[in-house]
Amino acid sequence: MPFNVANATVHDTLKLLDSRQCTSESVVRAVLDAIRRQDGEIGAYLSVDEEDGLRQAKAADKARSEGGKGRLLGIPIAVKDVLNVRGQPCTCASLILQGYVSPYDATAVARLRAEGAILLGRVNMDEFAMGSTTENSAFKITRNPWNRDCVPGGSSGGSAASVAGGEALAALGSDTGGSIRQPAAFCGCVGLKPSYGRISRYGLTAFASSLDQIGPLTHDVRDAALLLGVMAGVDERDSSSVDLPVPDYERSLTNDLRGMKLGLPREYFVAGMDRDVEKAIRAAVEQCRALGAEIIEVSLPHTEYAVATYYVVATAEASANLARFDGVRYGFRAGGAEDPIDMYSKTRAQGFGAEVKRRIILGTYVLSSGYYDAYYLSAQKVRTLIRNDFEAAFKQCDALLAPVSPTAAYRIGEKAGNPLQMYLGDILTVTANLAGICGLSVPCGLTGGGLPVGLQILGPAFKEENILRVGHAYEQRRGAFGLAAK
Amino acid sequence: MAESGSSGKDQIDVRYVARLARLNVTEEEVRTFQRQLDHILSHVRQLNSLNLSGIEPTSHARLLTNVFRKDVAKPGLDREEVLRNAPSTANEQFAVPKIVE
Repeated sequence: MPFNVANATVHDTLKLLDSRQCTSESVVRAVLDAIRRQDGEIGAYLSVDEEDGLRQAKAADKARSEGGKGRLLGIPIAVKDVLNVRGQPCTCASLILQGYVSPYDATAVARLRAEGAILLGRVNMDEFAMGSTTENSAFKITRNPWNRDCVPGGSSGGSAASVAGGEALAALGSDTGGSIRQPAAFCGCVGLKPSYGRISRYGLTAFASSLDQIGPLTHDVRDAALLLGVMAGVDERDSSSVDLPVPDYERSLTNDLRGMKLGLPREYFVAGMDRDVEKAIRAAVEQCRALGAEIIEVSLPHTEYAVATYYVVATAEASANLARFDGVRYGFRAGGAEDPIDMYSKTRAQGFGAEVKRRIILGTYVLSSGYYDAYYLSAQKVRTLIRNDFEAAFKQCDALLAPVSPTAAYRIGEKAGNPLQMYLGDILTVTANLAGICGLSVPCGLTGGGLPVGLQILGPAFKEENILRVGHAYEQRRGAFGLAAK
Repeated sequence: MAESGSSGKDQIDVRYVARLARLNVTEEEVRTFQRQLDHILSHVRQLNSLNLSGIEPTSHARLLTNVFRKDVAKPGLDREEVLRNAPSTANEQFAVPKIVE
């Protein structure tokens, strides 16, 4: 039986595989066909190793026929080009890593593999995850499957477009300031940013180490719960991963929200928000109320300082993390250098794109002598205030409801010339990273222009079960969503 | 904060900072980054309108504690595989331009 990849969830596909209604090989072939058919237009993938994918699929089918188990046995998953998968490229969409082949698996990837998943394809992103549109990829732009003149969001734009466009069952992304949630919202799929420390960052090319988290982009909340459960847990290779038990997240999924208290942060519904976005979010809030949740208003008073805080902290950390790209150990090296310093400076000038250079310079500046206190130390203190805001809010409620982004997807090129304007669009997502809490983006309708809107559900650190429960119950009430359901 | 005025000290010296970051920049990049970074920094300076005295800085989302593990040797990455990614190697090592005469 041919497998229809559009809107196929991981959990439904597992049922088909378990009941022998399809094989992993037929699933992978369907994904490869979809990529061949559509990706010339969408541009979600940077590279796909078809032969390796089919080899992994055949191995999974063989394992299954021999009684092999695995929570993801035979399921293909696309991987953002920032995560190491042994034997695959990992360019971070940068010229400076062109030609690099990973000699090891990221821990999150190794855990997927251990449960039988197939790692199929490298998906596009903003260079080193720096951007909100995927326009900063050194290799190509990715288009929004709902409207090909629009950006897919970023930085995990390839992950979101591959899932929403029916070219992947699920994808991995990374989220430093909204890079999973915002593209999920723009493309109309589900995106989960786990709490800081929930999933090991080992093998995730570092952008800002105190903010980065790996997470899944999926068709529905159940899939996000399933993938989180596989990837979560302490890892001796990441000392910031946290040794807390990993709950059975799927068991927290219910069809109602009775007994839950949900907060609306006053500061997240502000002037400047697109009216269609606000309408869709307000309607989703009413659905949650109808599901039995009590809705209260809360305040996160330091929200207006979040973007400034984030761009100081994130660029400072990035300037240190990206020092490793110097042309010595991997990737590109510029020719004609007279000495090592000259070689570093030329390699980095030719290897990095404009946004990465801009952030390295900004990050170096805020850490430099004479400016450290005024910028970096101040930002760290405001980070404390932002974290305290959430702590106070979560004393009153189990989760927060808000938009993911003040607008839906916009046209390609529209904001490319004005970095500050682009950064200000991140105001509703960067706070979760600064505070280390978890966040989920769930599609909640369309704008008048036919573009998806994302409902953001924020939960306390290590309370992923709260936001997954809210997202799942809402999703059940909302009904089918996605391009294939149109 | 002393830097919050509009003195010349506020203007980022793009060429100097880029040199600290080991990053060559062209004339055109200096001009563009100057304009964009000044714009961004003018937004960032709103942080200094807050009274931050007595606030502890947060460097990490969670309080970090030292993590210890047993000091046991384990196999690392395969040397040949790792060196395959290097732009230049010699004698099973990374090769770079000459540092000392």
